[in-house]
Amino acid sequence: MRYGMAIDTIRCVGCSDCVVACQTENSVPIGYARDWIVELTTGKYPNLQMEIRSERCNHCSNAPCVRTCPTTASHYGTGGIVLVDHDECIGCKACIASCPYDARFVHPEGYVDKCTFCLHRVEKGQEPACVAVCPTHAMHFGDLDNPNSEISKLIARRKWKTLAPEVGTEPNIYYLL
Amino acid sequence: MIEQVISSGRHNEYIDPVLHVWHWHIPLYLFLGGIAAGILFYSALLFLRGREEKYPVSVYWMPLAAPVIIGVGLLALLLDLSHKLYFWQLYTNIRWESPMSWGAWTLMLITPLSLAWIASFYRELLPGNITVWPWLATVLDELRKWRKAMAWAQMTLAVILGMYTGILLSAFNARPFWNTSILGPLFLVSGLSAAAALTAYFSKSETERHFFTQVDLGLLVIELVLIIHLVMGFLSGSQAHIDAVNMILGGSGYTITFWGGIVLIGLVLPIILEAMHLSKRHIPVIIPTLMVITGNILLRFLFVELGQISRYVY
Repeated sequence: MRYGMAIDTIRCVGCSDCVVACQTENSVPIGYARDWIVELTTGKYPNLQMEIRSERCNHCSNAPCVRTCPTTASHYGTGGIVLVDHDECIGCKACIASCPYDARFVHPEGYVDKCTFCLHRVEKGQEPACVAVCPTHAMHFGDLDNPNSEISKLIARRKWKTLAPEVGTEPNIYYLL
Repeated sequence: MIEQVISSGRHNEYIDPVLHVWHWHIPLYLFLGGIAAGILFYSALLFLRGREEKYPVSVYWMPLAAPVIIGVGLLALLLDLSHKLYFWQLYTNIRWESPMSWGAWTLMLITPLSLAWIASFYRELLPGNITVWPWLATVLDELRKWRKAMAWAQMTLAVILGMYTGILLSAFNARPFWNTSILGPLFLVSGLSAAAALTAYFSKSETERHFFTQVDLGLLVIELVLIIHLVMGFLSGSQAHIDAVNMILGGSGYTITFWGGIVLIGLVLPIILEAMHLSKRHIPVIIPTLMVITGNILLRFLFVELGQISRYVY
């Protein structure tokens, strides 16, 4: 089992609902964010193109944060979800420096924090909070190893990209184009 | 035109707008660790070569400073941790993939070893009969018999200590400016050079000073060659590496620190001054020594800073 997300850049309108839902669901401290919206504008006026992406930890299969962690606090959990064990984290910040997506931050309590794919919800059979609230149904969560899952079918049918695959992280969030 | 904004607002402390999670603690430790590694390396090597009478400052006087230098470095590391009370978790795991884990274990071994090493030289360090406690003298004399094994272990650990700091940074493939395997050798050579320069300054005999000036001169030339390789490697790398090296090749304020501070003051000028010293011109040793130390400090601070700024754009 390998959990992943497919995020539709065409459906996404950048409303930030996913960001608010995450902050509420996970009691993310004020001023911090586990997910965020990127608006990318390319081209020259008047021929501009815009891509809107909801970004978060990519739960990489070859996660540099897990590799550089000196204590095993950063580890792979159920379905390959990359997690931080708060009681093992010493706050050395090596994982933060190793993440090409800047997805991690130091929680005010001292340990490193990040997106968990809402594992506590997933274990109950629910979707991550960001996916559940998306008003345009731009986000899909599921098992990438199961060829019959909705997400696997979407990825098979649509064109997609992952973020900065050249870093060698094997990210598990797919952006549908 | 490519313009990228985070429209939902993200102001994660020390991440936005530019990654800056490591401040002065880390580069200071990298500098101190390099010097301590150099001091302990020369001490062990010259002892094994039987030069303790010829080079006493290097073999048993300079090592007195090593545990103090490591101690200050460790304090800086501890201050950097954001979850300090959990630091002992470093010693409940051995993580082969994490250079920080090797570093923690290396420090755990080399610090007590360096203390034992110093203690084994008590007869040389404290001349005269100082055996207030006869049992202590017996223990220390027993320790003296193990000096050869200790020297081999210390030399190996010193190389690991001097090198792992560079490997630690180069293992971050997300940060193009760090992501070069030259960094390990570069930091090792630079630490060895700083230790050689300091030993040349503190040595009492002209023989020892001459020897360490020669060693330092060689190391500075190697360091200069490694830096040229570093720049060439970046320039023939991916766009992310080219963008990273462009920070020091012109355009940003870092250019002057790199070429003026690290290359000119830290390498080129000491090379000239040390060569002049070796060709019997009078050069006060303190001048090249201070230049080498300045270059060393700037190298660590600039590299830690630039690595954090450099990134992949996607």
